[in-house]
Amino acid sequence: MIRFLVVISLIVSFGMPARAGLDIQTVQSPGGIKAWLVEEHSIPFIALEIRFRGGTSMDMPGKRGSVYMMSGLLEEGAGDLDAGEFLRARESLAADFGFDAHGDAISVSATFLRENRDQALELLRKAIQEPRFDPVAVDRVRAQVISIIAGDQKDPHEIAANAFDRLAYGDHPYGTASTGTTNSVNLLDRDDMIVAHQNTMARDRMYVSAVGDISSEELGRILDDLLGGLPEFGAPIPGPAKVGLTGGVTIIDNPTPQSVAVFGHAGIRRDDDDFFAAYVMNQVFGASGFTSRLNDEVREKRGLTYGIYTYLATYDLAEMYLGSVASANDRIAEAIDVVRAEWVKLAENGVTEQELDAAKKYLTGAYPLRFDGNGRIASILVSMQMDGLPTSYVDTRNDRVNAVTLEDVARVAKRLMVPENLRIVVVGQPKGIEATD
Amino acid sequence: MQRLLFIAILIVFTPLLGHADETVTTFTLPNGMDAVVIEDHRAPVVTHMVWYRIGAADEVPGKSGIAHLLEHLMFKGTRRMKSGEFSAIVAANGGSENAFTSFDYTGYWQRVASDRLELMMKMESDRMRGLVLSDEDVETERAVVLEERNSRTDNNPGALFSEQRMAALYLNHPYGVPVIGWKHEIQGLTREDALAWYEKYYAPNNAVLIVAGDVDPKEVQRLARRYYGRLRPSRDLVARHRPEEPPQISPRRLQFVDKRVAQPYVIRTYLAPERNSGDQEQAAALSMLAELLGGSGLTSVLGQELQVQQQIALHVSAFYDGMALDKSGFGMVVVPVEGVSLQAAEAALDAVLAKFVETGVDESHLARVKSQIRAAEIYERDDIQGRARGYGEALTQGLTIEDADAWPAILQSVTADDILAAAKMVLDPRKSVTGWLMRDTVEVTQ
Repeated sequence: MIRFLVVISLIVSFGMPARAGLDIQTVQSPGGIKAWLVEEHSIPFIALEIRFRGGTSMDMPGKRGSVYMMSGLLEEGAGDLDAGEFLRARESLAADFGFDAHGDAISVSATFLRENRDQALELLRKAIQEPRFDPVAVDRVRAQVISIIAGDQKDPHEIAANAFDRLAYGDHPYGTASTGTTNSVNLLDRDDMIVAHQNTMARDRMYVSAVGDISSEELGRILDDLLGGLPEFGAPIPGPAKVGLTGGVTIIDNPTPQSVAVFGHAGIRRDDDDFFAAYVMNQVFGASGFTSRLNDEVREKRGLTYGIYTYLATYDLAEMYLGSVASANDRIAEAIDVVRAEWVKLAENGVTEQELDAAKKYLTGAYPLRFDGNGRIASILVSMQMDGLPTSYVDTRNDRVNAVTLEDVARVAKRLMVPENLRIVVVGQPKGIEATD
Repeated sequence: MQRLLFIAILIVFTPLLGHADETVTTFTLPNGMDAVVIEDHRAPVVTHMVWYRIGAADEVPGKSGIAHLLEHLMFKGTRRMKSGEFSAIVAANGGSENAFTSFDYTGYWQRVASDRLELMMKMESDRMRGLVLSDEDVETERAVVLEERNSRTDNNPGALFSEQRMAALYLNHPYGVPVIGWKHEIQGLTREDALAWYEKYYAPNNAVLIVAGDVDPKEVQRLARRYYGRLRPSRDLVARHRPEEPPQISPRRLQFVDKRVAQPYVIRTYLAPERNSGDQEQAAALSMLAELLGGSGLTSVLGQELQVQQQIALHVSAFYDGMALDKSGFGMVVVPVEGVSLQAAEAALDAVLAKFVETGVDESHLARVKSQIRAAEIYERDDIQGRARGYGEALTQGLTIEDADAWPAILQSVTADDILAAAKMVLDPRKSVTGWLMRDTVEVTQ
């Protein structure tokens, strides 16, 4: 699967904290690097979040997996330190650095103490700007990536998601796993890591936020040291994916007692005028939690699954409406029948006033609760920037949810929910359901 | 790179706790319900939890899974509320909620805006004594639980392997039975089983209330008295004495073969003592031992030796969780690189352990671990739900608030000699289970 931060980023990029006293400052370094900041001086540490748009979709032709592997090598030696020396230095400072890559971005998440902030940042600077990609580390991480690929090939959820992506996006980078294949990863070398690093981690696609025990002046000062040495421009980001998905059923034989299904069709853009109506609609229909229609019909009434959910996937280069359910091989057909029937019902009838009201109450009430810890807030602030939202979005978001009407939901349901376009990929040994192609 | 997600690793150092400052207050209601209030006024949010001192290891033979099934059934109706109404009201208030079952405890939580605390207490207290179940409720939810077992265990060879290893580690103690239950026993659970469990164990004198967030402890106490204080205690509670392990005198070995295995590995677990009230020093030494041996990948003893020097492992780790009512497990995993057999990996693991016991602890390594523990106390203050969980786990597993608060200092006081002594004590082959997770019966040396 394309290793988007699917669920996480959806939650995060949507709801913004409305905590009393939340004050988002915009900071610009002397060298021109911009960042968002929330000062929080009650605990002496800082969470820093940096993202580079593009991510694993930036792999060069024939180099699938290079960005993913490169991100895993950032903590495996940098500057004058080999992997062991780098990690021991980080441990001594009790700092925590996370490097990750998915279909739309590379993310760097750092947490460090105020008391040794400058040393921690110097170490982080080396990882971001001067990764060594030592051959021994390249080989070590390559073997780990290949092991991850092997695991994904046996994991029913990954098998289903990968097959779905292939059908949906074809030759676009979204259509293949961001880890690459065993073959492609085996061919990657140190030079490919250097190219992947230069192509993707550049200042023209960089977003930064900080939350914690640091002032705006201090943050401004450190940004140039930390990030100023990166290339000004990276490689071009690919264009939008053409979603070539058709309705139907795909079955992939897999020896497990429970079938896993991934289903969906085209979705709606984050900047669409009807996005909020769609978001509220999804809250009623299949959002995770115990109160959605799908949960009620498939789990509560019929006991067919432990979990069913849907979500609006608003990636940078495609938008989908997706869901997943898992049921025993002899029960998955019934679960899918219920999903289809609910799909039709929603398209035809929209939602009730009571459902709309409950969804709005949940979404607006849950909004301030997402403001949960420095690292979490830093991540939200970066997502807001990547979505092109202003800092004031925090104050207007609930109004937009509340403005959604029954007619809005009915309109967007009619437009979005297209039962005949629904593609269902089932991994397992399902009974009572046939592949259509 | 540490992303080999297929092995669930216990986290050694969380929850740490250890700042029994003015932000933590406790009280006990006249009906026996204990309460902890943790203040954090940074955001107008509260986490409300009720923990019961009852878990899967308290089940009677033949009824495995009843603790967990009952946890699911607690979301059905009460004398005052319809089935599903609880969740609908939490959602209508913008809240999130869930529940969890372990060997030693069962817990329920909601996270809401702090001005909704009273409503949560009202509903949670209502379902502590007022649950109403129909046969249909039980039948449907049992099907959901069987699907949960499919998702978590039966679809996952690593999880099946873990179940078998636990069964082998415990010769007599119920930690050898999976929390979710054996499939054939889940299938036989009834409404009567669920209600008997509920009546006996769901009562204020078997519960711990934890409220964490933007609250005033006096107000919490007033509300707790009002809603939980009126509930009738259970008279059927007995001390939690589970069947004990006999002397373990023979090493056990397992080979679990499944075509769905993507990555073979070897895993060894030793029976190990747990944290006890007023007596946590040995558990602290074991925690530090696990951290040194395999807590940090490449830089740990096993990582340095097997990943960096010999380059025969893709991944290593060591684990120990002393937070348990009864005897716990201390273990380590080696995932060999392609071309290295499980036998060779196991031999290399044993060689590293032998060398460690002989040469002892690297003091600079120990200092690094201790500096991380110190910092974890600071980072943890940012995680109010983690703090709430930490106290809940302690109070349902035989520890006190004081024990929980003392833990970081006890970890800091552990010496190299303590660690070595703990290693010699715990690494006793007669108390061990060694498992090979394999794709084929014949191990192919690639």
